[in-house]
Amino acid sequence: MKIMTCPLNGPRPITEFACGGPIKERPADDAGGARWAEYVFIEDNAAGIVLEWWYHVPTAFWFVAERDTRTDTVIRSMTVAAWKERGGRP
Amino acid sequence: MVLSLLRYGLRRRHVPWRVIPPTPDRFKPSYDVVIVGGGGHALAAAYYLAHRHDITNVAVVERGWLAGGNTARNTAIIRSNYLTPEGVQFYDQSVRLWRTISNDLGINVMVSERGHLTLAHTDAAIRTMRWRAEVNKHYGVASEVVGPAEIAALCPELNLSHEVRYPVLGALYHPPGGIARHDAVAWGYAMGAAARGVEIHQMTEVTGFDIDHGRVTGVRTTRGTMRTGRVLQAVAGNSSRVAALAGFRLPIRTVPLQACVSEPVKPFLDTVIVSGSLHVYISQTARGEFVMGGATDPYALYAQRSTLEFKETLFSDMLELFPQLAHMKMLRQWAGLADMTPDFSPVMGLTPVENYFIDSGWGTWGFKATPVCGLTMAATVATGKPHALIEGFALDRFARFDQIGERGAASVGS
Repeated sequence: MKIMTCPLNGPRPITEFACGGPIKERPADDAGGARWAEYVFIEDNAAGIVLEWWYHVPTAFWFVAERDTRTDTVIRSMTVAAWKERGGRP
Repeated sequence: MVLSLLRYGLRRRHVPWRVIPPTPDRFKPSYDVVIVGGGGHALAAAYYLAHRHDITNVAVVERGWLAGGNTARNTAIIRSNYLTPEGVQFYDQSVRLWRTISNDLGINVMVSERGHLTLAHTDAAIRTMRWRAEVNKHYGVASEVVGPAEIAALCPELNLSHEVRYPVLGALYHPPGGIARHDAVAWGYAMGAAARGVEIHQMTEVTGFDIDHGRVTGVRTTRGTMRTGRVLQAVAGNSSRVAALAGFRLPIRTVPLQACVSEPVKPFLDTVIVSGSLHVYISQTARGEFVMGGATDPYALYAQRSTLEFKETLFSDMLELFPQLAHMKMLRQWAGLADMTPDFSPVMGLTPVENYFIDSGWGTWGFKATPVCGLTMAATVATGKPHALIEGFALDRFARFDQIGERGAASVGS
């Protein structure tokens, strides 16, 4: 069973989590339909290391995790606050 | 027969049945069309380019071996009972092509129309099925909502007891639904294309594209560069990676879809059984094996590994439907890479790069579409304009917020 380490709950089976998809830069509210469509639908879909939103379903807790999509390994996970400290922008 | 078999077995100079011509040693100076990918869709497009459009200066380039990707990893189900007008008409054309494909290609594709039952376990599922049945009938596709009595007559083996977690309330019955032999489809199209002059380059990986003023002019590979006027990309499971080489992005997330096959037993299950709510589908092949699949994995991944969760959830649901399978042994298990789109419809046609055409976004619904994809993509590549049946599947539909929502007709989308 694959284990994801939740910054709030510690190591848990990955089946307790939902993946919120890769972190993308959110467009301005008035950025226009084309830019918003790109933000919502278009993906890098990278084969490699990705930074994603993850959600622990039973405790309703969102956080950030780094994964390798080639090898199915979780590299690290962090709270949103810790990610912002490292320069992340939601 | 026994003697001839013995003689055949003992013959010293056995000549293998060589259906696919060997990879040519070098490239031609230039090609009219280079097709990236060597699966069913790509080979079908090569065949129809040569057969219907007299374009034979064509090369198919495949990183591995022919039909070794998703063509070999699907569960070989054919059906056309989709939800949207675009989807129903497109897959119906495919079902029509499947009916004559063995004669057309001169190889036994073993298309077997078994009848296809999509089970409903909730009132919401019944409502979606009524909707699907009406859209299907409007376009002349045989499709009907049936109740438990009719299900019992069509598939007496199915457990219709209410002593289960998700009792069967009804089903969408689709008589033309069936199965085929997936390798044979690819071999048949490869043979037909090669016989008309198409070159097939296996073990040739694409590493980039030459693009001049927004127009593709060449394909760079591990064996050198091919000059070409047009490119067709048909690489299910790697669509985003190849598109990135050409400089554009797609509305695709790649997730594994796992499936498995049991030991062979005597014929037992004639119909193809699918449950969208339980994420289960099962059919029995002509060899007697049960082919079973489950839901797509819950997060994006390029690894074709197998998981315990897949087996646990699939088999617990499967045994509610078919308790008789409890003692069956699994022979093989595998995963394919499903290019999932937000609306569960493919992405086909033109791209931001001129003369670069795409056949992608084939998530969990690609095998059944093999013939019609070949037909429509060949026409699109030959004329430079999207074929009428695929206009709705254009890449730019997302920028127009004009999606073709097929989630309600997908068997396995989680």
